[in-house]
Amino acid sequence: MSVAVILWCVASLIGLALTAIVIGRKAGASSIIYALSGVVSAAALATALVQLLATPGASSALVLPVGLPWLGAHFRLDALSSFFAVVVDLGGGAASLYALGYGRHETAPMRVLPFFPAFLAAMNLVLIADDAFTFLFSWELMSLASWALVMSHHRERDNAQAGYVYLVMASFGTLSLLLAFGILAGPDGAYAFAALRGTEHPFATTALVLALALMGAGSKAGVVPLHAWLPLAHPAAPSHVSALMSGVMTKVAIYGVIRIIFDLLGEPSWWSSMVVLALGGITAVLGILYAMMERDLKRLLAYSTVENVGIIFIGLGLALAFRANGIDWAAALALTAALFHVLNHSLFKSLLFFGAGAALTATGERDMERLGGLIHPMPWSSFAFLVGCVAISALPPLNGFVSEWLTFQAILVSPDLPQWGLKILIPAVGAMLALAAALAAACFVKAFGITYLGRPRSAAAREAREVDGFSLSAMFLLALLCLLAGILPGFVIDALRPVAELLVQGRLPDQAAIPWLSIVPIAESRSSYNGLLVFLFIAASGGLAAFAIHRLASRGLRRSAAWDCGFPDPSPITQYTAGSFAQPIRRVFGTLVFRARDHVEMPPPGSLAPARFHVDLRDLVWEGLYAPVGGFVGVAAERLNHLQFLTIRRYLSLVFALLVLLLLGLALWL
Amino acid sequence: MALAFDLLVQIAQMLLVLALAPLLTGLVRKTMARLQRRRGASIIQPYRDLMRLLRKEVVLAENASWLFRVAPYLIFAATWVAAALVPTFATGLLFSWSADLIAIIALLGSARFFQALAGMDVGTSFGGIGSSREMLIASLAEPAMLMIVFTLALIADSTQLSSVAAFMASPEVGLRVSLGLALIALVIVAIAENARIPVDNPATHLELTMVHEAMLLEYSGRHLAMIELATSLKLVLYLSLIACLFLPWGLAPAGSDGAALLIGAASYVAKLALGGFLLAYFETTIAKMRVFRVPEFLGAALMLGLLGTLLRFVSRGF
Repeated sequence: MSVAVILWCVASLIGLALTAIVIGRKAGASSIIYALSGVVSAAALATALVQLLATPGASSALVLPVGLPWLGAHFRLDALSSFFAVVVDLGGGAASLYALGYGRHETAPMRVLPFFPAFLAAMNLVLIADDAFTFLFSWELMSLASWALVMSHHRERDNAQAGYVYLVMASFGTLSLLLAFGILAGPDGAYAFAALRGTEHPFATTALVLALALMGAGSKAGVVPLHAWLPLAHPAAPSHVSALMSGVMTKVAIYGVIRIIFDLLGEPSWWSSMVVLALGGITAVLGILYAMMERDLKRLLAYSTVENVGIIFIGLGLALAFRANGIDWAAALALTAALFHVLNHSLFKSLLFFGAGAALTATGERDMERLGGLIHPMPWSSFAFLVGCVAISALPPLNGFVSEWLTFQAILVSPDLPQWGLKILIPAVGAMLALAAALAAACFVKAFGITYLGRPRSAAAREAREVDGFSLSAMFLLALLCLLAGILPGFVIDALRPVAELLVQGRLPDQAAIPWLSIVPIAESRSSYNGLLVFLFIAASGGLAAFAIHRLASRGLRRSAAWDCGFPDPSPITQYTAGSFAQPIRRVFGTLVFRARDHVEMPPPGSLAPARFHVDLRDLVWEGLYAPVGGFVGVAAERLNHLQFLTIRRYLSLVFALLVLLLLGLALWL
Repeated sequence: MALAFDLLVQIAQMLLVLALAPLLTGLVRKTMARLQRRRGASIIQPYRDLMRLLRKEVVLAENASWLFRVAPYLIFAATWVAAALVPTFATGLLFSWSADLIAIIALLGSARFFQALAGMDVGTSFGGIGSSREMLIASLAEPAMLMIVFTLALIADSTQLSSVAAFMASPEVGLRVSLGLALIALVIVAIAENARIPVDNPATHLELTMVHEAMLLEYSGRHLAMIELATSLKLVLYLSLIACLFLPWGLAPAGSDGAALLIGAASYVAKLALGGFLLAYFETTIAKMRVFRVPEFLGAALMLGLLGTLLRFVSRGF
């Protein structure tokens, strides 16, 4: 039943995409399209929520006679896909609401309007696909729709390059997934997920599928070293699409990872968790270090997505490790932490991209070095952005803290694991997670402080105006959800129970039964956290202090010039910039990770030339992996080029030689 | 009735840390002055300073935003709540379960987040230098602290500070290598977090090496009072933390009566005084580091914490 409703929502979104092709040029078309996308997303969200909360553990399936002729198209909505559908449609609905205001400024609506609903439809379709063909079809649809959206401003600098890299990486990802499903299905070609699920696989197959799934879905999620496209492509799109790609599409990719590794691949083994854990730890730390070095606000956010994907992978890796050793309650804890972070990241990353979009609308700038002081003309959007920054920095009482806290709790039960590899790796990954969390706080102090605080660094920032009501309401909706998920985490954990039971057969204690709305992941004596009380305590003691002081001591206030140790400088260029804020961290971490080198050119005494300073940062992942592969492809293409200009006789002999080789190979093989 | 008593004890603890915080700061300053053969200000001078600041009007920079005015109260509230959750004279307080040690550390992180933002609000170069360096120090001190928490939690099988303190007071804890590593790391982190010598100098103004004070330059009046009080509270918090984990003697266990609580309070004050004296002695004997030596200092804490955790992962015996 509910899967049919989602399918109808998908159909309406596709219908909307086709309508947009027809009416897209008319005035007011964008309002209609975005309003209807929002309504359809809300309907799908409600359906998924009902499925997750009202009938926990149940699933709803449907087969349509399309797709492969002997297979049909299987669709199913179980606990896992309904949770992810909640994430996707919540993000989709919020993005539609935001775009009602933001989309009005679009210069090329025909490049955005048809693809936006199609993108939403494809993401929903991936979640409900229940056979390999439908999954891959929807996955590719999702990639192509988002690629079209990335290319919507293709004449801007670097965007065409971003689109090209994205297209190559997306094709590579789909190819990997195609091979993964092919190996899973075996020679019989059983492509329905139900048929894939039951079979036992030998070691080599499991290892191969794991690697292919991590390459295919992991590249979409932005796992290092396959992240290179992400910080190029996500910021290139219009901001509401950036929010969808970073906040939501990466979650669909994580859904793909979970579906294949936890569900289809059968019982996990402990070494697979080592791979996932190591990838997660490296991704988290590198992602946030890249973000710290960035001066473009949207690219900073995209790199921080890489970091958060790493955190989610750490949770998933822990869940795999526990599951492989049969400690199901701990696996449920780790998986719940990962999924909670999926929800949290989709909320605050969408919010932050909306905020970046608001700053972009108001000033036309993404470069933080040319922004500053936006808190004065844009008080509302700066407040919402601040909430997002606090949440993503994992600070209590907001939601980001809860999921990281749960991950830490899962790490603390892992000494029970018997394998030595895990015993050594998990503390190291724990340290990486802690480091990433602390660097994230530094990174978002920079993002908020440079963009919104201080004095304006350009005329555009001085003349900024607050954005429209639709954009603000979308941002405040997400900010409110960040707060609610932070102070009432028990409800989210309870909602995730059926997912944990489905995937790892473990369950956490019932959080609704715990007094005072605390959360207790393992046992009361071991750890508990109460976001609501912490929030109330802070509000009460801060409010009390302010009230008492204003009442009893003084309330006098005088405005004056800044003190600045007696050396105030009227020029805003004397402020700290994004680059100078990051300098200490660049010097400590960047010398190793980025081979960062500072160059200072001092003119000789008496010379009137200016002193110059510049920083060399090298992206070792790009230089070590992408550039050689790209270079190899270039050289190979060059070498094979002359194959285009042969005579027909030569072509025939080549074909003949190849045939003989193939037959020989076959004969030897059999 | 029992609930009312528990509530009373909890409120008593909140007021106690608030009341003792300036006194501890005064004690440290006085001891340092005496060690340097100065007479130094009276030990209750910090109270006088706070009262004077509270009564003065605020001089606000022209382009200061609402965040700048709200931040002092937020910083104070987060630090106070965190300090109220650390066992000082008794374990098992009424609200001790509402946040565990990880959450307490993160609450201090929230305070620091707003502190760093407030430093950048006016848009002066000193504010930026302070915020930038503070976040560098935090980016190493916080993971180091979490590794210490991991070590302790793995020893006591709990991240609940009350349970950990109760375990530390029990005979089963014994002498452990990992505990020693954690103690050294915790002292290093405490020095860095409280902006003490050799990481930062709390007595300096107008110096290019200052970190914490640089963020506060634009503050005045009641706002400055709130931040100064939060800074004192943080020092009390870290000393209480070290005391309740490594000197848990005299702590009143959960559900004890008035006499035990009084003993707990007396031993707590003695521990704070000892901690304050040791801090002052340490600060007098050592010189301040260059800013870029600090990461090495904190990196040592991080490695010690990680080593402690690793030892606990490898064997339950360490």
